[in-house]
Parts: sequence; structure tokens; C-alpha cells
Amino acid sequence: MHEQNIQIKNGRVIDPKSGFDALADVFISAGRVAGIGEAPAGFTAEQTIDASGLVVCPGLIDSSRLPGLETELSAAVAGGVTALSCPPDTKPPLDEPGLVERLVRRAESLGLARVYPVGALTMQLAGEKLSEMNHLSRAGCIAFSQAKQPVFDTQVLLRAMQYAATFDYPIRLNPQDHYLARDGVAHDGEVASRLGLSGIPVCAETVAISTALQLAQETGVRLHLSRLSSAAGIELVREAQQRGIKVTCDVSINHLHLTDNDIGYFDTHACFDPPLRSGRDRDALRKAAAEGVAAICSDHTPVDEDGKQLPFGEAKPGAIGLELLLPLTLKWAEEEDVPLATALARISCDPAVILGIEAGELAVGRPADVCVFDPAEPWRVVPTALRSQCKNTPFMGYEMTGRVRTTLVGGRVVFDAA
Amino acid sequence: MRNPQLNANGELNHLLSIDGLPREVLTHILDTASSFLEVSDRDVKKVPLLRGKSVFNVFFENSTRTRTTFEIAAKRLSADVINLDVQRSSTSKGETLLDTVDNLVSMHADMFVVRHASSGAPYLIAEHLHRTGRDDVHVVNAGDGRHAHPTQGLLDMYTIRHFKKDFSNLTVAVVGDILHSRVARSDIQALGTLGAAEIRAIGPQTLLPTAIERMGVRVFHDMREGLKGCDVVIMLRLQNERMNGALLPSAGEYFKCYGLTPEVLALAKPDAIVMHPGPMNRGVEIHSEVADGPQAVILSQVTFGIAVRMAVMSILAGN
Repeated sequence: MHEQNIQIKNGRVIDPKSGFDALADVFISAGRVAGIGEAPAGFTAEQTIDASGLVVCPGLIDSSRLPGLETELSAAVAGGVTALSCPPDTKPPLDEPGLVERLVRRAESLGLARVYPVGALTMQLAGEKLSEMNHLSRAGCIAFSQAKQPVFDTQVLLRAMQYAATFDYPIRLNPQDHYLARDGVAHDGEVASRLGLSGIPVCAETVAISTALQLAQETGVRLHLSRLSSAAGIELVREAQQRGIKVTCDVSINHLHLTDNDIGYFDTHACFDPPLRSGRDRDALRKAAAEGVAAICSDHTPVDEDGKQLPFGEAKPGAIGLELLLPLTLKWAEEEDVPLATALARISCDPAVILGIEAGELAVGRPADVCVFDPAEPWRVVPTALRSQCKNTPFMGYEMTGRVRTTLVGGRVVFDAA
Repeated sequence: MRNPQLNANGELNHLLSIDGLPREVLTHILDTASSFLEVSDRDVKKVPLLRGKSVFNVFFENSTRTRTTFEIAAKRLSADVINLDVQRSSTSKGETLLDTVDNLVSMHADMFVVRHASSGAPYLIAEHLHRTGRDDVHVVNAGDGRHAHPTQGLLDMYTIRHFKKDFSNLTVAVVGDILHSRVARSDIQALGTLGAAEIRAIGPQTLLPTAIERMGVRVFHDMREGLKGCDVVIMLRLQNERMNGALLPSAGEYFKCYGLTPEVLALAKPDAIVMHPGPMNRGVEIHSEVADGPQAVILSQVTFGIAVRMAVMSILAGN
């Protein structure tokens, strides 16, 4: 496919990685950034994008399940997301190189956002037998994970980490102790007690984090902990980082903005796994994201209406978020007085480093994955404004500020709001 | 946030929980129940308040006792009563809860009495009726999961008021498996709203919900300490499946620590009353001598329960 020479004019260019933040033109050629500020020699623009009053930043990086590849990747680019890691709990799970190759090919053929598969850590995600990590890596896996499936046998987890560390493959875990979380549907606190919902205690998270951190220290594996929900959990990660353990983590936009109080009268749109926790927990997550202890993700989880129109304890957890990642990150930054460049780092270069991919940077020579957004455009979350196949979000009806105008992947315009 | 139980005028449109209901609403129900009490003593035990109305008892969870009392209450109000044992029909064919509701609405139901194993299920139904423009159909929660059993809470308040008159100087103990008890939650909330002087929760840590003190109760793990000076003792049923497992080692040890025997009851005030929502496990949570003794008002609770349910249904139908 021919990539045009594109000039993005007059935008506020922010590259959180380098700290560049100035009004400048961005020149794109052969799918890569060819110049910022100054046009490369002999550059002639075949297409210009007027970015006056807009922000030009690296494409956002997220991780998401992709049940309908085309709709969800369309939602991704509409949200400014240009690269996504996909967890292995697909059907069937990503435990065979052929499945991984097929996913990569299908994603590539769509020409929307880039998809980086995360391979199954164990066969069938059963937590018993190691997957062929080296074969899977050659097929395109950038990390290994159990998604939300537990590894009951800690010896298997230790061996899996040792094996992954042998090849320096990162491991991603969703830290929640299966037994302590069993039957639970909400944060084990005042709200769940009042509503008669089974609780998931904070220790379900801290026990799992502690175990993972001990094993990571033992093996030296690069460990990423996904979707932290509690102040105590964040504290464990912060301490471990200070002790020099190679551990990173992320928090979801839902957990940055909501608490278990948002369950209200059994609102299933506030049903999450891990659960929304107390205001104190939320505040700790917001602070951790501000300080760079945690990256931010959307935890995009499409659930159809049938999965939400159920009593709270029977409903499917999760919310869509690809198209809300940017505005909800901006909202958090505004409320916490976090500079725009820092906020963008949490959803671009930080997750790129965690995934170990060449992305999340807006610099000469880098792939031209670019997000152009209006930081001041107000819009309301309504079903018709969302491209995801499902419309499940607790933010339905909310006013957002900040909207993506144009998204480029590899120097091609893959989304244009105009 | 809209209180799904109240209509635009602040009147009761559904009875889903005691939580969120103002004191006047509770008192109004109790006062109305008083006027219905004598109906049950008449030769012709009927008043025509719900004549021509259809009350559907929709029980997604087994219950003979509660369903029967609702049936009697509705019939004494002259309603047509339809009992649906949904457990064995529609849902086993894969029909969703809300599909079932839509079908019954099409059969011109005026009121649903709902029991469901999941906390919040009656809220889902009420929300659905609201969304589909059917606020004229009323929902009475007859017990949802661990969440609420508001008519039981109200009949317990009726019983306490009957024997003790005023709530403001009462110390009330709720004893046993509060974690899994919708009755306990409704009782605690009602006692709080009606202004009981002290509400106590007595039980081992494994049977008390997290942060229960935030519901305005004083927690006791020692039965003897907890019963001292109480005016009212509400015993809770211990379900069989909780007796021998990770929550409790055995029924025997539970009875030893938290069973209501004549000896521990003597620590409460001499005129203390003993209540139980039934069905009782004699020798597990309560000693037979207490259950059959002069302080027990357990059968009065049953009688009052019918009047309270008549009051709730007549108030909902009138709003």
C-alpha cells in the first residue's frame, strides 16, 4: 500500500517520551515521521491535515480483548488508539503459534490499529503445563499471561516465570487470588454489606500481588500487574519498584473515576472484575498514576445487553473503554492537576515500554502512529457516538471533554472524524 | 439518583427494601396494619380493597411459608392471586427474568410479589417496569438473596411496637448468621429508621458482614455480653449448609456459643421478648424451652405478618 507524504500543520505537538511540546508541523513520509518543525529536504505534501488548535501526539497504546476484531479495532482508532495488546483468553486461547499468526494476519489485513498478541502462559490457560513460549514469541507474541485464569499451583507459576526469564519475555498477570475472590461480585465493604452482595476482599489482590512479586524477585522475570484496584495493592508495587524489582502495573479508567458507591441500586454497569473499591482506594490509584507508578488502560470489555440486564451478581463484569480512554484520562489529569504531557505518557510511551514495542513515541524516524485530538471539544457519551459493538459503559450520558479528530497508523489515516 | 421505590410524589410505588424509606412511610405501613388486624378475626375475613386486581406471586426461589402469607393477605384484600413457581417452569427453559416479567405484565398483572436468590433482582424488575412505562405495576420484594426482606422487617417492627410501644429506649440484639440474612439487614435498617436506642449484632466474625458497624450497630462476639440489658432478642435461622464447613466447625459448637438457652436469656431484661423469622432450628440457634417459653412472640410475628402484608399491598395499590 502506498503511504502518502502527509503534513500535519499548526498543531501543538507533544511527545511525552522526549518532553517535546511546541507548536510545530509534523512531516510524514514512507509511513514514518520524517520531520518535526522542519520539513525534510525535498518534502512535498500530498495531503495536509490542519491541526490548528489541536494536539498532535503519539497514537495511544492500550490492551483489549477483541471479540469482534473489525468493530473493536474501528473503536480503537476512533479513540486514538493505534496499538493494542490482546490477552490470550480468546476462544480458543492463544497457546498455539498458528492461532497467533492468524490473529496477527487478520488484524494486519484490516489495516486499523496494530495488534500485539499476548500468548498463553500455560496450555489452555489451565495453569498446569507451560506453553511453547519461544514458538509463540516467533509467531508474534510479545508477552505471556494467564488473562483472568488462575494458576493454582505456585510451583507452575515459578517455573513459568523462570522459563520466561530465560528468554527475557515479560509476564502479565491479573492479580486476584481465586479462592479469596470466589463467589464475590463487589468490593468487600460497606456497600456490598448493605446490598447483600458477596464481597471480594482487598486481600484477594494483595495476596496475589505478594506471591507474584516474591516469584518475580526469585526469577528476575519482567512482571506486569494488570488492573490494580486497591490502595494496598498499589503500595506493594510501589515498594517493590523502590527495591528495584522489575515490576510495572496499570489501572483502568473505570477505577480512576468510580467507586463501589456507583453501584447505587444494583447498577450492573458498575460491575467490574476486579471490583470498584472505596474512595480511598480510588484516590490511591489516581495518585499512583500521577506519580508514574501505574500506567492507565481502558480495560475495554464489550458486554451485550443480555449480559447486563441481570441481577447484579449474575451480570457479566466490565465496560467498553477504547473510545473513552483519552477523555477519561484528560478528566483525571485535569482533576489531579497532572500536566497534559504526563497524562499522555500514561497512555502512550509508558504502556509501550511495558509491552516492549516500538511505539508510543512521536519522533523522527519512528513509525507515524499519530493521534490528533481536540483537547477542548465537548461531547456526550451516547450509544450512537460509540463504534464498539457493545455500548456497556457506566459513563453513558456523561459529558466528556476532548475528542479524537484524526488517527494515523504507519503514516495512513485510519480514522478521520470530519 | 432516583429512589426506585418512590413515585414522583414521594409515595411508595414498590416495596423493595427498608433502606431509603423515610420514617413516616414505615409508620404509615405499621398504622395501616393495625387497622387490618381485626379483619382476620371476622367471620368473613375479607375487605374489598384489591377487588379486581391481580397479584402474581413470582417465586424464583422455593418458599411455602412466605408465599402462603402473601397469598392469604392478598385474598383477604379480595385480589385474584396467581402463584407461579417460576423455578420449575420458564427459567428452566432459558427464559430471562425480564422476559418472564414482560409476559406476566401482558397478562395484566397489577402487582408482583417476587422472591429471588439474587440480591437486587426486584430492583431490576422495578427499573424495567419504569423503563417500559409500566409504573402502574407494583413490585413487592418477598426476599432477594442476602439483601432485603422488607415485609419481614416491617412485621418484626410491628411485633416490637405491639409489645414495647416505643422504640426510642429499646436495646435490640440481632443474633446469628447476619452475613447471609436478608431479614437481619431489613431489621437493622428499620430499627435505625424508627430510632431504636441501640442495635446490637451478635455472632462470630465469619457470620458478620464487613463494616457492619457502618449500618449503625454495635458488634458483639460474646453472646453473654451482647444480651445484657436487651429488650428484644431477634434470633436468625442458621442454614444447614453453613453449619459444617469453613464458616463454622459444627452446629454443636455454634449452639454452645450462640444458641439462645434459658440461662443466657436470663441476662437480658426480665421482660425481654424473643423473636425468630422461622423456620426455627431447635437446638441449633434456639433452645426449645425458650422457643416455647413465655418470652417468645414467634407466633404473634406470623399473625402480624399477614396484617402487615395486607397493609403494604393496599398502600401500593392506592398510590
